[in-house]
Amino acid sequence: MKVEQISVFLENKSGRIAEVTGILAQAGVNIRALSLADTSDFGVLRLIVDNNQRAEEALKQHNFTVGKTFVVAVEVEDKPGGLHKILDILQKENINVEYMYAFVQPNSNNAVMIFRFEKLEEAVKMLQKNGVVVINGDNVYTL
Amino acid sequence: MIFNIEYETMPREALEAIQLRRLQATLERVYATVPFYQEKFEKAGITPSEIKTLKDLQKLPFTTKQDLRDNYPFGMFAVPMDNVVRIHASSGTTGQPTVVGYTARDIGTWSELMARSLAAGGAWRGDIIHNAYGYGLFTGGLGVHYGAEKLGASIIPVSGGNTKRQIVIMKDFGPTILTATPSYTLHLAEVAEEMGVSFKDLKFKFGIFGAEPWSENMRQEIENKLNITAVDIYGLSEVMGPGVAIECYQAKKGLHVFEDHFIAEIINPETGDVLPYGEVGELVFTSITKEAFPVIRYRTRDISALNPEPCICGRSHVRMKRVSGRTDDMLIIRGVNVFPSQIESVLMQVDGVAPHYQLVVDRKDNLDTLSVLVEVDEKLFSDEVRNLQNLEKKISKDIKELLGVSAAVKLVEPKTIARSEGKAVRVIDNRRL
Repeated sequence: MKVEQISVFLENKSGRIAEVTGILAQAGVNIRALSLADTSDFGVLRLIVDNNQRAEEALKQHNFTVGKTFVVAVEVEDKPGGLHKILDILQKENINVEYMYAFVQPNSNNAVMIFRFEKLEEAVKMLQKNGVVVINGDNVYTL
Repeated sequence: MIFNIEYETMPREALEAIQLRRLQATLERVYATVPFYQEKFEKAGITPSEIKTLKDLQKLPFTTKQDLRDNYPFGMFAVPMDNVVRIHASSGTTGQPTVVGYTARDIGTWSELMARSLAAGGAWRGDIIHNAYGYGLFTGGLGVHYGAEKLGASIIPVSGGNTKRQIVIMKDFGPTILTATPSYTLHLAEVAEEMGVSFKDLKFKFGIFGAEPWSENMRQEIENKLNITAVDIYGLSEVMGPGVAIECYQAKKGLHVFEDHFIAEIINPETGDVLPYGEVGELVFTSITKEAFPVIRYRTRDISALNPEPCICGRSHVRMKRVSGRTDDMLIIRGVNVFPSQIESVLMQVDGVAPHYQLVVDRKDNLDTLSVLVEVDEKLFSDEVRNLQNLEKKISKDIKELLGVSAAVKLVEPKTIARSEGKAVRVIDNRRL
């Protein structure tokens, strides 16, 4: 149920994201989803890609610091209140979302959101109990 | 004006006779009372009785800052604690400051030398001294304070910080002499300007500045901005504190070392050989009147040269050139001594392994700033920005706690810190001194 996400440390300088996308393009890695969190000095780029190992190797070769974390991909109904329904469940179950971002492309009629939880297993259990579709990792990479 | 005409203008022959007598007495005493010196002299195969001339001083081994650390806190004291009336400590060394003590007579000597220094810098009875050196374990504040009282001037013990209030005091009390670090002085000038106060309307005539490296350019800037005559003062707590040497306002060309209390030598820092007058090397001091904390051939790591030529002010004491640098990697940031190794020890504590780092020192608005660049490796990295920001804050807080200086911590990408021959360049000092 878990999805592996890679994250990259970037200084807040022009051209740094392009550097990353260039390296991934050259390595033949396809980016499935991404988000960037930044401060005035630095940023953290989080990526879901189709080949983690190849992406990690290519980035490390170019001296980037790469981290790996497990996140959860969740199907969200593509209509008003769709995302709220999920957040409402999490709130009631007292599960904290560290951060979240949207997937690049929808899965059939539903949107896909990536969630980062501190208590991942517990969150997945609660979502499934409440009838939310959690997408399997292998399916996400090739979605 | 000269505070102690007899001693300060003494012909060199007579001065040297006094130096030899006092040196011999000091050596006899440290040999008898400080195990460290006894061991060190024995190892070098020499006894105090073999020191028959001033030149024989060269036969004695050096004392280093590490020796003082090894004897922390009171191991180098040459008198029982019953006789110690004051304790000071130098700013940060790797978790272990160097501690110095003073007997009542030492405080008297120090006061006398500071009175001489203030007089050499233009102060006299009737002057009001605005003393913005920090009061506390640091010797600057109290050193000037006791000297001013000895001189008979009025002292305002304002200490450091609270700059706006300082400007108000300057306006209202009309001090005529300013004592402060040069960088804080320029900061004062800026704050005064912001408050619409012009130094030209204040009563300052002279300023006595030290405790950090500064340059001729900075002297020009201070003299112009404050409309005063600025002189350089030198000292270090290990030798006594401020007042080891002072520039006279008449010549403003080198600092007179008070040779009736200290013997100065210049050595080649690599070989330890004593260099002749005029040659540039490391300053070494021997105290010849101190009771509680005598030092024999203490290596200051400060780079200077000695000039014995007579001075227009009438003082016969040798002049040391303005300190131009250090033989080690110590930085002086806002008056605080900082070694890169101390920052490294803070970083070590974060994760057990020190990441690559670099210290960048700048001078912004006339205040020293310290930035610490830290390369983010996989151990430090987190996918959550909050964790990285907390890391920056933690390092900054630890540095402040250990060293007492504020540092802006900045996380940078791996391999972005310049390396020369594979070794990271640890320090970039952008201050133009």
